[in-house]
Amino acid sequence: MANYRRIVVTNTNGVAIVSFNDKKILDEASIQELGSELFGLVEEQAGGGILLNFDNVEFLSSAALGKLITLDRKVKASKGRLKMCNIRPEIFEVFQITKLNKVFDIRKDAGDALKAFS
Amino acid sequence: MSNSSPSSADGSADSSWQKSIDLPSERGASKLIMDELLDRLGEHGWPSADIFSIHLAAEEAIVNAIVHGNKLDDTKKVHVECLVSPTLARIEITDEGDGFNPADVPDCTQDDRLDVPSGRGVMLIHNFMTKVAYNAKGNQVVMEKSRDK
Repeated sequence: MANYRRIVVTNTNGVAIVSFNDKKILDEASIQELGSELFGLVEEQAGGGILLNFDNVEFLSSAALGKLITLDRKVKASKGRLKMCNIRPEIFEVFQITKLNKVFDIRKDAGDALKAFS
Repeated sequence: MSNSSPSSADGSADSSWQKSIDLPSERGASKLIMDELLDRLGEHGWPSADIFSIHLAAEEAIVNAIVHGNKLDDTKKVHVECLVSPTLARIEITDEGDGFNPADVPDCTQDDRLDVPSGRGVMLIHNFMTKVAYNAKGNQVVMEKSRDK
């Protein structure tokens, strides 16, 4: 298992569940590092499921959205599946304004998301 | 590198807070004003959802000024002026770049652009603030959020 600084990864029924260490995802250097860790996880999961749990996240910038879009592309290219959950209303509004709620598979909580993987 | 000085004393007649600061053109420089701005919004009774909106808009605009305006040139500054009162938050951001035309920014919500990783900041600023205006050159943005009391 890789060593991560920006995320914590646990595994449930073959799905890698990712929690974020940062409450605010906005600093460029942190976002670069976050991207590298998430892209590494896509390779590790090799076509499996990845669930991003935003429970701890209070803020994210458009640069972070960019990383999530690239992540989504990489997961799709590897024939894996990506879902997101526990997104607080303010951040969900960001997804709605940018219409990324149409691109990402967003579920209410981890339970809902895990059911959708099975 | 940064030159921080309050443009006027705190606690004017309407208890508004003002500050002006020159930020260096380096990544992460927004932090030099953002923490204080967020604290002042909280002190002036702004609800957390509005603070989130103002935070996002200010962050996006400052990053744009540093990266796209001044192109990370360390000889250039980004000038930021903030005003916070219980009913109004106003942020003016000026860079030393050539300016841009906001109308030229492609619509990131078009189906063929939905998966493009960049270009969402300007749209978010317009959606989260009450009023957004640019100067003719396009190197200055003034954004306001109003709050009903």
